[in-house]
Amino acid sequence: MAITERQRSAYIAATAADARVNVELEAEGMTLNIGPQHPATHGTLRIVVRLDGEQVLWAEPVAGYMHRGYEKLTEVRTYPQITTLVNRIDWLGSFCNEVPFILAAEKLMAIEAPPRAQHIRCVLFELGRIANLILFLGDMGVQLGALTPVFFAFRDREHVLNLIEAATGGRFHPNFDRIGGLKEDLPKGWIDETKGVLKKVVGFCDEIEDLLMGNEIFEQRTRGIGVIPPHIALEYGMSGANARASGIDFDLRRDEPSPLPWSQCDFKVWTHPDGDSFARYWVRLQEVREAAKIVEQLLGTMPSGTIQAKVPRIIKVPPGEAWVHTENPLGEMGYYLVSQGGLGPFRCKIRTPSFSNVSITPWLLRGVFVPDVITILASLYFILGDIDR
Amino acid sequence: MADDTLEATAEPEAPDMLRQPMLDLLQSELGDDVLAYDLIPGDELVVRVERTAWRRAVALCKERLGLTYFCFLSGIDWKPNPGLLGEKAWEAEEAVIEATEGALDADAGDDDAAGADAAAADDAAAEDAEAAARSPQTGFRTGVAGGESRFQVFARLYNVTTHVGLTLKVDLDEAEPRIESLVPLYRGADWHEREAWEMYGFDFTGHPGLRHLYLPSGFEGYPLRKDFPLLARIVKPWPGLVDVEPMPGEEADPDADPLAGVE
Repeated sequence: MAITERQRSAYIAATAADARVNVELEAEGMTLNIGPQHPATHGTLRIVVRLDGEQVLWAEPVAGYMHRGYEKLTEVRTYPQITTLVNRIDWLGSFCNEVPFILAAEKLMAIEAPPRAQHIRCVLFELGRIANLILFLGDMGVQLGALTPVFFAFRDREHVLNLIEAATGGRFHPNFDRIGGLKEDLPKGWIDETKGVLKKVVGFCDEIEDLLMGNEIFEQRTRGIGVIPPHIALEYGMSGANARASGIDFDLRRDEPSPLPWSQCDFKVWTHPDGDSFARYWVRLQEVREAAKIVEQLLGTMPSGTIQAKVPRIIKVPPGEAWVHTENPLGEMGYYLVSQGGLGPFRCKIRTPSFSNVSITPWLLRGVFVPDVITILASLYFILGDIDR
Repeated sequence: MADDTLEATAEPEAPDMLRQPMLDLLQSELGDDVLAYDLIPGDELVVRVERTAWRRAVALCKERLGLTYFCFLSGIDWKPNPGLLGEKAWEAEEAVIEATEGALDADAGDDDAAGADAAAADDAAAEDAEAAARSPQTGFRTGVAGGESRFQVFARLYNVTTHVGLTLKVDLDEAEPRIESLVPLYRGADWHEREAWEMYGFDFTGHPGLRHLYLPSGFEGYPLRKDFPLLARIVKPWPGLVDVEPMPGEEADPDADPLAGVE
């Protein structure tokens, strides 16, 4: 059943011929292996590129170095145990992974968490988004040779991580969301602390805008590089900032009804018409500012009351199927949960944004120059745990 | 089977102005190839189509319904999971907890008694529902919109302007799970189908190159099939549903075969 090396090379040759880039010279090309351990891959993604001089003939991402088989593992675990697993999918915004899973289980159980719990969930979700995207804003600079932004990013992300740690006990893997509510209430003084940190986050955005967006080298390295037209982006299932940078006005926080109180917040969904690496950076920068706005509003309207709805001691989810998706820092994340009434899911399909966002690379990298490969990979912004699951 | 599902869901309280027309179009274009559907107004639409009409149905969704965003494609194996050996252990524990809770809350009022009655009624209802949910063809329990075989492929498509999506399902032959590829319609289906191919062993005809995505080439077996053993859990059945270790003071069951039920 396994495909032979010969079939594989025939497929790659056909792909390369399709690239229409100096096919005659293909025999003299050179194969360049990027990764699996490479600073530009944010983890262990390997990309094999075939070069003709400085130009890429074809590129082939090789994933799976971090595949942990979560979809299989969910089938032998109970619902409360699964949040620990899904924390490790997008490890820079871990709390955001827990939310859609818990919401899917709650949907099947017809339980709704109390308003205060939904509010705190939403605040932590947006803080996860800020912590995640701040790192991108600095990291993109370092991929292009600007070292300063990444230090600023780590400095200011620390403030946000401290907040997440203070509220949940975990800096990276909170494991804080529960079916029907949350593990604990917010600590005393946390809301005031958060307001202070939000000012620092907005300050970071202004700083990074000064440093990078007006920088001539940055513009030249990113403008017009890796352009994705909107219809191609949709076919590949690209979501989140990558889709919005191609002019697709699509944000699940605004477009879909959710138990989380995004509909009570006033925020703008930014899009950019260009679809290039610069647009993807710009959209994410605006997104951090909007997330800070959302958190600020939510802190102002935080309801009082309990944080946990009444749930059975042993959680059994009634038979049924539920699909819940949310706008995660990297794009659309969703769980298709199939329950047969047991203690754990019968089947749990995890739809992760990076998987679809990276599947475009063979199409996108054709014909680009070697340094731009790094720019494009950095601007697509994927997290390996999110591809490999 | 199909008729049952049609009747059961044909009485929505408030008609869904977005999803109902989508369903109507699919039904008028595909006719009998729409085998079953489930429409929850304002929430979800699941349509199960005939195997031969798979690509035609998806093309209709893309071109006529504007579902241009390819969300995901994956598979389901409806065979009961043989790895859930420990679920009985959990149920015993649950009975103990319920008994102690009952004793503790006995003087707290008769709320819990009413709750227990309701729970018993729920259990009975659940058993009826369970019997109804079994597929007459395979005897396996199936999900929303039913199923006639062990394997199913399901895909989700979405419209980014109207913000409505739908899930399409198709049954696959158990002996020869083969289905048309969606790559000609959505380029993004490439990786999703490669994943379903290596995880379930489904063959997608017309796919440009079914190669391993996550697993090393030469990997044998299909990990997400229910009969593929989760080796780590057999060596050491911990934690979770398969937690069958004896409690202190209890004798381990010498007949318990950790590989029971695993083919």
